[in-house]
Amino acid sequence: MEWIIVLVVVVALVLWVVGLYNKLVRFRNQVRNAWSQIDVQLKRRHDLIPNLVETAKGYMKHERETFEAITQARAAAMGAQGAAEAAKAESQLQGALSRFNLVVENYPELKANTNFLSLQEELTSTENKIGFARQFYNDQVMQFNNLIESVPTNIVAGMFQFTKSDFFEIEEPAERAVPKVSF
Amino acid sequence: MFELIRTNKRKSAGLIVVLGSLLMVLGYAIGLILSPDEPTLSYLFVLIGVIVWVVMLLTSLAGGEKILLSSARAREVKKADAPQLYNIVEEMCIASGLSTIPKVYIIDTPDPNAFAVGLKPERAAVAVTTGLMAKLNRDELQNVVAHEIAHIQNRDTLFMTLAGVTVGAIIILGDLFFRSMLYGGGRRRGGGGSNQGGAALMVLAVVMAILAPILARLLYFACSRQREYLADACAAQYTRYPEGLASALDKISRQATRHPGEIGKNKTLAPMYIINPLAARSRRAGWFSTHPPTEQRIKVLRSMGGDASLAAYEKAYQSIQGRKEAVLPPSARAATAATPAREATETGGGKAGTRKQWREVQDLLHKVDRYAVLACVCGMKIKLPPDYEESEVACPRCHHQHVIPPELLAVGALGAATAAKGKQA
Repeated sequence: MEWIIVLVVVVALVLWVVGLYNKLVRFRNQVRNAWSQIDVQLKRRHDLIPNLVETAKGYMKHERETFEAITQARAAAMGAQGAAEAAKAESQLQGALSRFNLVVENYPELKANTNFLSLQEELTSTENKIGFARQFYNDQVMQFNNLIESVPTNIVAGMFQFTKSDFFEIEEPAERAVPKVSF
Repeated sequence: MFELIRTNKRKSAGLIVVLGSLLMVLGYAIGLILSPDEPTLSYLFVLIGVIVWVVMLLTSLAGGEKILLSSARAREVKKADAPQLYNIVEEMCIASGLSTIPKVYIIDTPDPNAFAVGLKPERAAVAVTTGLMAKLNRDELQNVVAHEIAHIQNRDTLFMTLAGVTVGAIIILGDLFFRSMLYGGGRRRGGGGSNQGGAALMVLAVVMAILAPILARLLYFACSRQREYLADACAAQYTRYPEGLASALDKISRQATRHPGEIGKNKTLAPMYIINPLAARSRRAGWFSTHPPTEQRIKVLRSMGGDASLAAYEKAYQSIQGRKEAVLPPSARAATAATPAREATETGGGKAGTRKQWREVQDLLHKVDRYAVLACVCGMKIKLPPDYEESEVACPRCHHQHVIPPELLAVGALGAATAAKGKQA
């Protein structure tokens, strides 16, 4: 008789652990999926930049330094390995682009160019997408990490070596340093 | 967020079961009233109700989205046709974690509004009017799209379609009953022979037959209002910019109050828009309104205090209502209770600085890009906004009256709509 009770308890316990384990896996996959979204959008930005530079070059004859800064930052970002290095390179690219946006203000003909306008919309949207992908990723990481730290999932997480994921933070010192302009 | 979708699905299934049983009880009651002596006939009416329901369900499952979109005269657009709108939809898919990008539709009308359809995210579509694109700036448009994406992500589009179909079946059955009472019910009642208990049962059945359609409608509207609040809260969470949705709602409702517009004529679609075009005026939440009062939605969004999480929305709602009554499901609040306020204040509260100014300039350029230019004999160039509705314009300098050539306004998508309207008038 007793061994039946023991068996029931053991089976219930195993099922419970399996449930928690599956929950952890589900959340971890969400984090991974969210990360791949960021990657896709970063690549998109890298692809857009040459077109933008090509279009702008015809109008902005005296801004060689700005273009060089963008091209270099792009190359560095494309070659970056790992999340930390990528974040640093991306923030530099971001800075170069926002400096470029300021310079554009001096070229009214460029701003009236429809091709440039649509490229600019693409770039704005890509920046937004990167931002939203980052936001979504960080939300997922937050939930996953909460799960790993809180009882009872922390026991299962410890048993199967689930580790906390890192947040994706981009520092934007260049953007902060940009002087305020008034129209 | 995924937990929220799960509870939403579960709750939806529960409500459909309740509505479905209401339908069957109604069928049984009707059968009882029409022929108290033959119990088998009662089951016949239950069967009729179920058949009506199933037929309606199958139609809406097979192609309800297409029917709704074509009844709104929406046309599908690709990325090349409306790049900004398409980009915004993509952005909100990423922010909400929606795996497939819904189809994008445009409705040619100057009334600003938007709706979403789709029983599954894979089949979903977002439709916005050209008036909405002309009147809102990028941030506002983004928030409206976020609200619609939230409806898709929370499976509201699925749920409201199923619930709507079930309520529709109940109403049809009730209608059938009253018609049969009117034309043929009188003859049978002369039969007599029913005892005391039968009479009591009869009264109950009549009450049931009258109450069921009303009850079903009330239940449906209450759920609809709840889902609107949830979609607002989710939109704020996706964009981290509640003010954008607040000002968008403000603009849409102002326009709708001035004239209900053409989209108000389609009564089936009216409850699906972000603001119900038939009830944009109402200030109080009626039992029969599909949306909460717009004024209150705006007020809640504006008092979230720099935090864009669902928990902050819940708090703002309670402080405005003045009572402790949950507006969002517990799973929603629990799932995002820890949304860092840092992010909310960073992008939500102070979108200040160069980035914002750059965006404003871009919005302006996009707007100017759609303006039609009319040259006057005096050398003045008159710029006509895309939502200009008159067929004539006076030159501000020499007061020469110009008739606007329709092809001039037909430059943009909106121009086409305005030109068509001009011809009608």
